[in-house]
Amino acid sequence: MKSIIFKSIFGVGILFMLIATACKPKGMQTAVQGDAAVKAYVPPGQYDEFYNIVSGGFSGQMSVYGIPSGRLFRVIPVFSVDPEKSWGFSEETKPMLNTSHGFVPWDDLHHIALSTTDGIHDGRWAFGNANNTPRIARIDMTTFRTNEILEIPNSGGNHSSPFITENTEYVVAGTRFSIPMDGKVDVPINSYKENFKGTVSFISVDKNNGTMNIAFQILLPGVNFDLARAGKGKSHGWFFFSCYNSEQANTLLEVNASQKDKDFIMAINWKKAEEYVTAGKAVKKTVRYAHNIYDENSHSATSEIKNEVLVLDPKELPGMVYFMPCPKSPHGCDTDPTGEYIVGSGKLAAVIPVFSFTKILAAIDQKNFDSEYDGIPVLKYDAVLHGEVLKPGLGPLHTEFDDNGFAYTSFFVSSEIVKWKISDLTVVDRVPTYYSIGHLCVPGGPTKKPWGKYVIAYNKITKDRYLPTGPELTQSAQLYSIDGDKMKLLLDFPTIGEPHYAEAIPAELIKPKSVKIFKLEENKHPYATLGEKQAKVERKGNDVHVYMSSIRSHFVPDNIEGIKMGDHVYFHVTNLEQDWDVPHGFAVKGANNAELLIMPGETQTLLWEPNRTGVFPMYCTDFCSALHQEMQGYIRVSPASSNVPLTFSTGAKMPQTEQ
Amino acid sequence: MNKILPKFRWLIGILSLPLLIVLFVPIWRIDLFAPQYPEGLTMKIWHNDLKGDIDIINGLNHYIGMRHISVEMFPEFEIIKYVIIIFVILGLIVAISGRLIVLFWYIVLTFFGGLFTLYDFYRWGYEYGHNLDPTAAIKVPGLSYQPPVIGHKRLLNFDAYSLPDIGAWIVIIVASLFILIYIYHLWLHHKSSKFSAS
Repeated sequence: MKSIIFKSIFGVGILFMLIATACKPKGMQTAVQGDAAVKAYVPPGQYDEFYNIVSGGFSGQMSVYGIPSGRLFRVIPVFSVDPEKSWGFSEETKPMLNTSHGFVPWDDLHHIALSTTDGIHDGRWAFGNANNTPRIARIDMTTFRTNEILEIPNSGGNHSSPFITENTEYVVAGTRFSIPMDGKVDVPINSYKENFKGTVSFISVDKNNGTMNIAFQILLPGVNFDLARAGKGKSHGWFFFSCYNSEQANTLLEVNASQKDKDFIMAINWKKAEEYVTAGKAVKKTVRYAHNIYDENSHSATSEIKNEVLVLDPKELPGMVYFMPCPKSPHGCDTDPTGEYIVGSGKLAAVIPVFSFTKILAAIDQKNFDSEYDGIPVLKYDAVLHGEVLKPGLGPLHTEFDDNGFAYTSFFVSSEIVKWKISDLTVVDRVPTYYSIGHLCVPGGPTKKPWGKYVIAYNKITKDRYLPTGPELTQSAQLYSIDGDKMKLLLDFPTIGEPHYAEAIPAELIKPKSVKIFKLEENKHPYATLGEKQAKVERKGNDVHVYMSSIRSHFVPDNIEGIKMGDHVYFHVTNLEQDWDVPHGFAVKGANNAELLIMPGETQTLLWEPNRTGVFPMYCTDFCSALHQEMQGYIRVSPASSNVPLTFSTGAKMPQTEQ
Repeated sequence: MNKILPKFRWLIGILSLPLLIVLFVPIWRIDLFAPQYPEGLTMKIWHNDLKGDIDIINGLNHYIGMRHISVEMFPEFEIIKYVIIIFVILGLIVAISGRLIVLFWYIVLTFFGGLFTLYDFYRWGYEYGHNLDPTAAIKVPGLSYQPPVIGHKRLLNFDAYSLPDIGAWIVIIVASLFILIYIYHLWLHHKSSKFSAS
């Protein structure tokens, strides 16, 4: 009897526990296939197949990885100071971060564009945008250094940038924040609708040396410009920009800019714009912006403040700008390799609309307009639509393309990459990302000739994917192979800063051109010390210039006396090495800035303002030789009133003989 | 045959008391899993309170215009403790009276009480999942976010699971045992009437 009761109690309990466990979800699978390790493995001493140039987001830098290994090679300082490389600390690089607001030592680098010729990667330059204080940078892919930074006037934040045209004729800059401009700037914030305007700038790129210049700006209604892509092939001559906040909200945008069913993709006929500029239809506006160029011969940057820009007004110049309705706050705006299809990704939309360039031209031709938005014609949605990808996922953001007619779209909310066929808009595969992917990259994905093979996800959340490091966790990339029918996860690797967009390019397009040293005979730095004989120390009032050389393993001079309190001491250090991979460093005690890291043949300058008397050590920071630890010296600082003469030496004597 | 056997009267009396534990443990739980939340988010419903990741859930739900979940949404929280105490007293009354018919009505009352509670939970879930802010950032046409009453449901990127927690398990197990006791007595009665008939 009792046993029946107890068996029953026991039985009921077991039953409920079984139900409870059966209802629980299974854990996330890592989903790595058997041969993944082999596919992502690059043996020691061997090279990767692709360079991956990755934006650093809030780190303001770019980083360079190898694909498929995910190995980090270099962090390129761009918009943020970098004490390791003395970027923004050395006298030579300070002008690079100059703006109309003065020295701005940080920015938010979101997107990468690699230069193309005829729509195909040419491996010459990488461009990056500054989202905060609007700027565009050009990085030379022979030195992996930032060679030029151009500030963008009439812009509130340069997000839809630095996308480029097929032959790198132009790099564009569309303002994320519309702002009041043109003199009338001190206005109430809630007068957004009347007073705020947006612009997109077309910046010409010199085809020989890459020098950028703002060719013209187009004045636009006050909305947020988000991302952009140039047309290519048949749509070469056009540029497409996604826009949100067509509600023109100036507060609580997460709600107020999400109300309309459709915002816009803007189509710009830039060939037409060029015609208007040539015909003198552009208006000169007075502005202020900095143009900074780094010269590889003088190893120095110059910053020039410019005051003029040409502005085109589409309200008065028809045929140049059109809007196309696009569902729910479009983010990504990507053109396929043929240039026929433009994919808009409404980040709150339930479908992915794909527009047809042929239909856009026809709709413009037939004036198939839906309405006007602030004087700009809005094309009919149905008239320009190729079709919609149905039920693709949640939160579409960006699309890249392979060389077989497939598109790869990232979905932030549902945390996945979805592969779909452009021709019939069917979803063919999907893979989870860990977690919440933002941008993605197929090598050559934005070009006319995608290299394919991989897709790389750049994720916003990593949570349980890596060993934790306190509240701030690494962000990550994930590599998937796409050469089969099914996408396969190969590798996770952590990234620098917050990666937004990235591009990958075959190593062979860059590797052979990589600079090994700077030639001493080409060094035109005004304070260069081209041999130990030329080393000297000169006083000009309170400024002391030290012409210093470094070679394995000593500085000339390495003993300096006669520095006085209140002096500004400039150490101009030239690395006399002419051998690959032999940089020298320079650091001096109490320096309020950074070290120098000087490449072979290069001259760099550190300003030192000692705040006390005494003897101060200085030394080489880059392990240069077996006697690196002996590469050091002293500087004596005396009171301002002292009579200690200015002397310098190496080896107890004045440097008189060259080695 | 309307008497409960004495040892079962003791058992019913003793089994009534664990219901008091319900006042000190969570009764129900809702678990949410999403790609970004592999570790899951949990809301635990107590007799008078909500615990767990309520703030995180509210933060996520505001994108789709769901109201903030708060204790104030549940006027039921004021009375659940009295209901539980009443059921304990009723259980003791069953034991003291020792009459099978009283046990029968106790079981009926428990059954409908449970059913009503689930209906009340459904009603709240319907209201919560359908009454969306029309200015919400994400509006998916035709989609509502009513959590499941019990079991699993997919809500956008979340897998939602609604399941009993310790409190509800205690109620379910106690009620099941009362039913078993009742059935056992029916069986006894059936056997004895067959025996007397032969």
